[in-house]
Amino acid sequence: MSVTDFQHRQSSHCESGVSANLLSHYGIHITEAMAFGIGAGLFFAYMPFIKVNKLPLTTYRCEVGGILKRVTQTLGCRLHRQEFKDPLKAMTALDALLGQKIPVGCRTGAFWLPYFPPAFRFHFNMHNLVVCGKEGDEYLISDPVFPNVVRCSAEALMKSRFAQGPLAPNGVMYHITYVPAEVDLEAGIKKGLKTVCRRMLNTPLPFAGIRGIGFLANRLEKWPTRLGNPTAILHVGQLIRMQEEIGTGGAGFRFMFAAFLQEAAPLLGAPDLLELSRQMTETGDLWRKLAVVGARICKGRASEADTYATMAGLLRECARREALIYRKLMESL
Amino acid sequence: MRIDDVPQDKGMIDNDNLREICYAVNPEGRYVLAASAGWEPKNIANSQAWELVRETVLDIWSKVRAGKLSPLAYHMARNQMNVGLLAKYVRYSRLRVWCHLKPAGFRRLPPDILSRYATVFDLEIDALQQVPDNAQELMPI
Repeated sequence: MSVTDFQHRQSSHCESGVSANLLSHYGIHITEAMAFGIGAGLFFAYMPFIKVNKLPLTTYRCEVGGILKRVTQTLGCRLHRQEFKDPLKAMTALDALLGQKIPVGCRTGAFWLPYFPPAFRFHFNMHNLVVCGKEGDEYLISDPVFPNVVRCSAEALMKSRFAQGPLAPNGVMYHITYVPAEVDLEAGIKKGLKTVCRRMLNTPLPFAGIRGIGFLANRLEKWPTRLGNPTAILHVGQLIRMQEEIGTGGAGFRFMFAAFLQEAAPLLGAPDLLELSRQMTETGDLWRKLAVVGARICKGRASEADTYATMAGLLRECARREALIYRKLMESL
Repeated sequence: MRIDDVPQDKGMIDNDNLREICYAVNPEGRYVLAASAGWEPKNIANSQAWELVRETVLDIWSKVRAGKLSPLAYHMARNQMNVGLLAKYVRYSRLRVWCHLKPAGFRRLPPDILSRYATVFDLEIDALQQVPDNAQELMPI
């Protein structure tokens, strides 16, 4: 039996929650929003050429593992990351670290985790959690999207760590090996902000960043004529799920980012970040409106004002406002 | 989102102890973490996704009953898998799995191959060779 004294905090998103909880365990007490911001998690991309459940992928965050990588790197910590071919070896390695009372982060699939409510069981391989102890044949898991520490059998955990499909986790596990005595949060925040702004404003790809939002708006407008109504509705449903599915904190991470800006303002001594945070919240509310209109279309409850054109208009407005925010952020840095 | 606007629309979360965390602004304008039981637009989108799975499962179930597909096809669909994904799990080629989806290819499978499939779906071998009689029992939710 081995149990670490890991402090579980429920968060809204798995990867930023795991990052914040792991760092806090080693004395760097940061919130989830802070980890998300320093890790430059905010992004947008609409990638119709990648299909999830046969429907196009829309993402509101950066690449998998990027937040954790950047937040540990920028703050000068060292992270040891391992990948495995053999499931049994992967479990032995996990046990060995737990024996040394080291909490271990794992990337898993969501489908096989027994403590997930059935309604959330989809093949989704980008879930992160911290294994913080073992009792008998059961692991104690600090899953950031759950209110309390949960239990999971060794068999189920092994299966989840070796879930198959796109972006298969291959038993990836990681733990922090070194933490500096003092961390420079201020520099980290600046770096995170710069990365987010640069990616959103200057990505040369037409489907990513601010341009990606416009691209989605153009595509979305044509969905009913190009795909026919039933398929168009499925596309809208998928868009809402990607934006609001458990783990985004609402409005596709826009609220979380606004919380980060608010937290960063006093640390950087930059009161104008507070105003930008408020504007980001407003943009987030607009994204939520998009989901509301979309849901009405899905449900067949659309009034005359709830059309694909309305949705496209909302998207363009979001893009315009976000672009303004990122430009102002760039100037203020 | 203001804190009084944090939605509490039950739907996907049926457990009373489960809540998800949202970021909302309190009356003083500060961001706080707020627990939410769910949100109607999200519930709609999610039940739409499940409806899609359900349709596929029902379709395949009736084909299994009609003797056009093997019970394996039903269990595959119920676990939201396609041939490619199932092939990865059992480490067989897609072609081989595809053959097992046909009644003729499935009927005389030896126990060791059956048990590979059964392990993936957490079933006994007996259960793997059957499909439920009742269409109501087809889905996990």
